[in-house]
Amino acid sequence: MPAIELKNISNFICRNISLKIADGELMVLLGPTGAGKTTLLNIVSGLIEYEGSILFDGVSIDEIPINRRDVGYLLQDLALFPHLDVASNITYGLKMQKRCVHEIEARLDEMLDLMNIPDLERRYPKDLSGGEKQRVALARALAPSPQVLLLDEPMSNLDPLTKDKILDEFKSIQRKTGITTIYVTHDHDEALSLGDRVSVLNEGKIEQMEAPDELFYHPKTEFVARFLGAKNSLKANIIDMKQHEAVAQVNNEGLGQPIKIRVKKYPIFEKGKEINLCIHPEKITLKKEDEVPDANLNRIRGKIVNRTNNGNVSKATIDTGGMQLHAAIPKVLFDFKIHENVWVCFAPDAPHPLCGRRCRATETRRKCLNETHMTVSVTKEHENLP
Amino acid sequence: MERIKAAYSLIPVFIFLLIWEMAARLELIPGHFFFPPFTAVVQEFYHLTANGVLPANFLRSLTRVLIGFITGSIAGLLMGILMGYKETINKTFHPIFSLLYPIPALGWLPILMLWFGISEMLPIMIIFICSFFPVLYNTVTGIKTVDKDLIKVAKTLGASERKILSTILLPLALTNIFTGLRLEAGMAWRVIIAAEMVAIPTGIGALLMRAESLIRIDIVIVCLIVLSVMCLSFERFFIYMEHKLTGKWR
Repeated sequence: MPAIELKNISNFICRNISLKIADGELMVLLGPTGAGKTTLLNIVSGLIEYEGSILFDGVSIDEIPINRRDVGYLLQDLALFPHLDVASNITYGLKMQKRCVHEIEARLDEMLDLMNIPDLERRYPKDLSGGEKQRVALARALAPSPQVLLLDEPMSNLDPLTKDKILDEFKSIQRKTGITTIYVTHDHDEALSLGDRVSVLNEGKIEQMEAPDELFYHPKTEFVARFLGAKNSLKANIIDMKQHEAVAQVNNEGLGQPIKIRVKKYPIFEKGKEINLCIHPEKITLKKEDEVPDANLNRIRGKIVNRTNNGNVSKATIDTGGMQLHAAIPKVLFDFKIHENVWVCFAPDAPHPLCGRRCRATETRRKCLNETHMTVSVTKEHENLP
Repeated sequence: MERIKAAYSLIPVFIFLLIWEMAARLELIPGHFFFPPFTAVVQEFYHLTANGVLPANFLRSLTRVLIGFITGSIAGLLMGILMGYKETINKTFHPIFSLLYPIPALGWLPILMLWFGISEMLPIMIIFICSFFPVLYNTVTGIKTVDKDLIKVAKTLGASERKILSTILLPLALTNIFTGLRLEAGMAWRVIIAAEMVAIPTGIGALLMRAESLIRIDIVIVCLIVLSVMCLSFERFFIYMEHKLTGKWR
């Protein structure tokens, strides 16, 4: 399977996109509607015009027409041929390539086994369930053994149970076949659980491209942070720098009184510099007002203004005197009432600077990642009291 | 079960025929001369069949309908495929056909009479025109309404333009094409009768006109029944064919 390289791809939506996908890698393109994800897939498949260059294993495929690009494409609505039965749908590509009958039959059996749908051979798409359609469409895309597999939000029409099942199956099939894959989705859970790497697209540009964990815990732009659910965005000034730690003064709009917090030191920090920090709601804990909090943690006093339950997690919104923070706490540990005063606590390594796209430079990133040793010094916590 | 359903649908027809027969026999409707009972019509049908008048005229009309309908439909289908598939051809011909389509088939009669004279070409041409446009427009619509994603997928699976046409577009346009054929098969019979009544001295329409001038209501009714049965049979044939070809997947 080839490595894919996109070089300065531009068209009416995409703006100078460059990315490399390794041989056998599963790259997820994540982004909101209109970000250019599907357009990028259409460009790779050859369905629409573009500027720039696409290389498969270093060889340009720009001049190769769509029907000879050798890509498997799974569309959002699957687009199974309604007038053909499952067997004919799966073997359509093979017939178009004029493969011999024996080969077609063997490949059909192989695909039916791989997708675990041996009994559906003679059924028509109208008689298939959502999950079955998904499997047939994937089998059809894989049957001609394409070099690259493109998937455009293929799970968006499935119920959560079926979706989880099919995602697991798909992941194992992708590993088994080792096919280089580009997978488009707007669902960050799906992206983070599936991708070897994830590229976040916004307004035709790649905002950030990382391995899922790195992306989730170290978003580099406010857009990525918000898109991945890191709702807590703090605007702060670095007012003091220590060996492994910095003190930042949060001054978000609407905040009555500035709040000082301790933050793990990052290479981009400079005294007096204004930075954007994000904190994942999962990294915030709440303590009762009268509880003695851990001195190693930052703490901010606030009042719970809203609470929603989402499965095992309770999501609380806390007003800290003009600024709202969001916490996601396991439901069993959530022992607070609405309008109760609480301490919002988080470790100094919880806030992460949103240092923008430029932060992608390898050297900087490595430094960011290596900054794990930190000693927590206690600052005057009462200064944080509203 | 299907047979029982079909038998049930015949019951109202039998009741209708019974009321017709009784109304005529009991002279419930004034003017027995103008309202023959059903049995008298059946009797006349037998006579006309036995002496060969009805089969000869029927065959004339049938031949005209078949030739005009088949050639018109094929031409409409081919033109429809071209227009549905190639936007440039569609843009070129659509304005012309849009002007010609609204003209009723019988409206062409005077000009065709002058061009072809009173010959076999005249009714065939009328049927041709009457079949051409609906099949054309239904084919264009059928091809144009095929989901673009299907074409996209077929292309990525390696299908050439021609293969996309033959394996995706045409099979999926069949439903629309058959709608056109079904409507026009019935319409062809209506038009041929009108044409024969007005301009051609042979065929069921001409027989109808002669019967009218002789005030033979029974023959008129025989002709109308033949017409009705033929319209229905042609329409049913295309419904059957449509079901046969598309029923599995629709």
